[in-house]
Amino acid sequence: MNAAQTMSNAVIPEQRQVSWAVSFQVSWAGIRRRFFRSLITMSGVVLAIAFLTYMQVMNDVVRALVRADDAVLNVLLQQAGVDIYAGDAPDRMMVLLIVLSLLACLVGIINSMLMSVTERIKEIGTLKCLGALDGFIVRSYFIESSVQGVAGTVLGCVIGLAVAIGVATTNYHGYIAANLPVFSILRSLTTSLTTGTLLSVMAAILPAYIAARKQPVDAMRVEE
Amino acid sequence: MKPADDIIITTRDVTKVYQLGAEQVHALRGISLEVRRGEYLSILGPSGSGKSTFFNMVGGLDRPSAGSVSVDGCNLQELNQKQLAWIRCHKMGYIFQSFNLIQTMTAVENVALPRIFAGESPAKARAAAAEILDLVGLGHRLTHLPAQVSGGQQQRIAIARALVNRPGIILADEPTGNLDLHTGEEIIQLLADMKKQLGITVITATHDMKMLSASDTVVWIKDGRADRVARKGEFEVAIGTIDGKTLA
Repeated sequence: MNAAQTMSNAVIPEQRQVSWAVSFQVSWAGIRRRFFRSLITMSGVVLAIAFLTYMQVMNDVVRALVRADDAVLNVLLQQAGVDIYAGDAPDRMMVLLIVLSLLACLVGIINSMLMSVTERIKEIGTLKCLGALDGFIVRSYFIESSVQGVAGTVLGCVIGLAVAIGVATTNYHGYIAANLPVFSILRSLTTSLTTGTLLSVMAAILPAYIAARKQPVDAMRVEE
Repeated sequence: MKPADDIIITTRDVTKVYQLGAEQVHALRGISLEVRRGEYLSILGPSGSGKSTFFNMVGGLDRPSAGSVSVDGCNLQELNQKQLAWIRCHKMGYIFQSFNLIQTMTAVENVALPRIFAGESPAKARAAAAEILDLVGLGHRLTHLPAQVSGGQQQRIAIARALVNRPGIILADEPTGNLDLHTGEEIIQLLADMKKQLGITVITATHDMKMLSASDTVVWIKDGRADRVARKGEFEVAIGTIDGKTLA
């Protein structure tokens, strides 16, 4: 379109928002090429979700082994420090540890994303000079944070599961294969995936809001 | 007297006051100016003169405290954020001293951005971007990242990005400020060629003598006021000075 014609007395249209699909395509280039920088943000999610998954899966495995009620296995469980008469009530200390690790993860992601906003003030200002609306900036930060969060969560689940199965196999040998609580483990993995994803999306809200409030004139002010 | 439709930008008593704690800083003290369609206008002034503030007002990047800025007869102060974004996307192209390319995007992805924001599909936008990159002599650098090309080539990418939506106005803030003498000359020539080919209006904030010699009009800003406005032929450019005054 050639926009050189006079607009006198004409109504200026409002800039339209680009779709989520297009926002994703535009943001993807940045996510892909900032991969190593993203790894630092992701590592917090990976560790927290790996810890959550490990604790849940170990809990599932131990409960399944206690329910098997095998004399030799009970000795192995007690040697590993398991109270086989404690029942199914959740361990309060374990819950506290998990909550604290998730909070640390949340603060870590918010911090990384806020740093990213500060680093990229000029980029945000430039995008606005080119016609980007606040909504696009919010979406791009949301997409970036969510992709990092989901990738970190999946990796954390895999690591947590692998470590839990490895430790359980070392402690309880062949009893694991016969008593593996597949359904409980799948439920725990779903909990971890949901928690990690929700956490990443929640952590993106504040940085995305702050990024969107940056003005185009910021592109001119900031020195590299 | 110039006919009204020959004027693309009008500023009327543009004032900007910044509140710094208890102190008020008057960056602009009432600048009135008319810019003709197809004109090459340079804004000149020492640091702290209000040159950049005025440049930002004209470009719709900042709002004046008082007075008005009109582009093609539309008062920018009366527009909402989405309308201002439309103006920035369709009517203006920005070129920055430090290029301001998105470092994680290739040349063609950078240039395609304004068209994507204008509502075009990424595939079509990239095709249009490739065409304009070819026009500025970078058809062979489409998939290079900014860090993989020279400063002059980065500024060419920025010029292509500014032109891709065929705007009526190009705003260039010290476009040769980060370039060597020879590359700076090439960029000035490219801007002059684009102005001639596409009939665009070019407004630059500059210290570059070479840029002034290409200008149709030069505006000197001093202490927040338009100290002098001179048309081509009304000022003489010599090495280090204009009309005998040393450049600040």
